Amino acid sequence: MSDLMKVSSNPHIRSKVTTSNIMLAVVIALLPAAGFGIYNFGLDALILILITVVTCVLTEYLYEKGMGKKVTIGDFSAVVTGLLLALNLPPAAPWWIGVIGGVFAILVVKMLFGGLGQNFMNPALGARCFLLISYTSIMCNFECDAYTGPTPLASLKAGESVDILNMVIGKCGGTIGETSMIAIVIGACILLLLGIIDLKISGSYIATFVVFLVLFGGHGINLPFISAHLAGGGLMLGAFFMATDYVTRPITKNGQYLYGIVLGLLTGIFRIFGPSAEGVSYAIILGNLLAPLIEKVTMPKAFGKGGERA
Amino acid sequence: MKQNKIWERLINGLVKENPTFVLMLGMCPTLAVTTSAINGLGMGLTTMVVLALSNMFISLLRKIIPDKVRIPAFIVVIASFVTVVELLLKAFIPFLYDALGLYIPLIVVNCIILGRAEAYASKNGVIPSLFDGIGMGLGFTVALTIIGAVRELLGAGELFGAAVMPKSYVPCSIFVLAPGAFFVLAALTAIQNKVKIAGEKKGRDMSKIQSGCNSDCMNCADSGCSRRFYGEALEEGHLGPKEAASGSISGKEKKNND
Repeated sequence: MSDLMKVSSNPHIRSKVTTSNIMLAVVIALLPAAGFGIYNFGLDALILILITVVTCVLTEYLYEKGMGKKVTIGDFSAVVTGLLLALNLPPAAPWWIGVIGGVFAILVVKMLFGGLGQNFMNPALGARCFLLISYTSIMCNFECDAYTGPTPLASLKAGESVDILNMVIGKCGGTIGETSMIAIVIGACILLLLGIIDLKISGSYIATFVVFLVLFGGHGINLPFISAHLAGGGLMLGAFFMATDYVTRPITKNGQYLYGIVLGLLTGIFRIFGPSAEGVSYAIILGNLLAPLIEKVTMPKAFGKGGERA
Repeated sequence: MKQNKIWERLINGLVKENPTFVLMLGMCPTLAVTTSAINGLGMGLTTMVVLALSNMFISLLRKIIPDKVRIPAFIVVIASFVTVVELLLKAFIPFLYDALGLYIPLIVVNCIILGRAEAYASKNGVIPSLFDGIGMGLGFTVALTIIGAVRELLGAGELFGAAVMPKSYVPCSIFVLAPGAFFVLAALTAIQNKVKIAGEKKGRDMSKIQSGCNSDCMNCADSGCSRRFYGEALEEGHLGPKEAASGSISGKEKKNND
C-alpha cells in the first residue's frame, strides 16, 4: 500500500537537457578541431591534449574528495575545460604546461570560486592567459616539426601576404585547435543544430569584428584581409566555443548581443592597435568580467513594472 | 607585570593582530614591493623603524596634542621619521633605496602607522607603545618577507638572490608580476585562516586571535574605533540617543544640532 503512495515534489516532467548531456555534446563538437590538430601537428598534440584533460578531471576529483564535497566530474565540464585549454596551447609546449594550466583552470578559476556555475571567467581562457603571462616564450613559440616561422596572423600583422586557403583548411602554424576554420565550423554547426548555442553572441561578435576591421583595419573593404583575420588565430574557436560558455556569458537576450559587440570591439582593438597579433583570449576574459554589468544594464522589466503612473 | 605587557604587545603584532594577514592593513606596499624576499624584508624593517619611533613620540605627545587636530599632528610626526629614514637609506643602503623607490615616502600614508597611532599610541604609555610599534613592525616584516620569498622562489627560482631551484625549473614569471602578489597573499591568508579554524575545532580558545573588525559589521558601532567618535558626539550633545544607536550621522544633521 505504502509503495503506491509515492509522493515526490515537482518537477514531474524531466527534460533530457542536463549538464552532462550538454557538456558531452560540446566535447563531441570539439572533436573535429582536436582531430585536425592531431593530424596537423602529430602525436605531440595528442599527448598534450590527453595530459591536459586528465589533469583537469583529476584536479576536480581530488579537490572535491579532499574538501568533502560531492564529486562532479561526471558532468564532463572538466573534460570540456581541459579540451578547450589544450586546443589553445602551442603543439610544441612541454607536458608540464598542460599540467600547470589544467590545475590553474580547475583549482583557481573554477573550484575556489564555488565550482561549475560560480566561476567568474572561463577557466580554460583564464588558464591560457595565466600561462601566456608566466611562460611567454613557450606559449608564443609556434615552431614545431610541421611548421616553422610565424603564424599567419603574425605575418599579416607584419604586412606580409598569407595563403588564405591553407588558413581555412588549417594547414598552418598556431595553437593545436585553432588553425582549421573548417573543423571548428563543423563543430559549431553540431552545437547550433542541437540548440546548445545560438548565433546571438557568436554572430554579433564576428559581425562587430568585421565592421571594426573595415573601419580601422587600414585596408577598407578588402576581402582577403578580412577573411585572413576571420580564419586566423583563435577567433572562430573563441566565438563559438568560449564566448558562448553558459556560465560566463550574460543571460539576457539584449545583453548577449551587447556582449558580442563588446568582444568584437575588444578583439579588434587588441589585434589592430595592440602590440601582439592575437587578442581573442584577453577580449573574452575581459568580456566575462563585464558580463554582470551587462546583465544589470539589460535586465528586462518585470511585467507590470514601469510605465506612466495613473 | 611590565614584562608581560611588553611580551603581549610583541605577540599581538606578530600573530594575533598581524597587520598583513589579519588586519589586512598596508596592502599597497605589501602587494607592490614584495617581488623578492630582500625587498620585502627591507620594506618591513623600514616600516618597523618608523612605526616604533612614531608610536613612541606620539605616545609622549599624547597629552599635548589637542584631540581635534590629532590626525594632522600624527602625520607630521610620521612624515618627519619617514624623511629621516629615507635619507639614511639613500646614504647607506642605496640598492634598497633604488628597489623600494616611491614606496619609501609612501610609508607616511601607510595605514598601519596611522592606525597604531590612533588606536594604541595615543591612549597608552610610552614603553607599551614602543613595543606595540616593534611588534606590529615585526609582524609586517615577517609577512612581507614570506610573501616576497614565495614570489621570488616561484617567479625567479631564487631565494634572497641565490638560486635554489634545480636548473630544469622554468620560472613562472607571473609571480613576480602584480597578479602573483594577489595569488600569494590570498593563499597565505587562506592557510592562516585554515590553521585558526582547525584550532577552534580542537576546542582551543582562539577567540583572542581575531581580525581587526571580526567581520561583525552589525555590532561594529559598539566597539573599537567608532565608539570613540560616537561616544564623543554623544557626550557633546551632537547626537540624540536614537541617532547614536543607529549609528547614522551626516554633516547636515550635525550642523543643525550645533
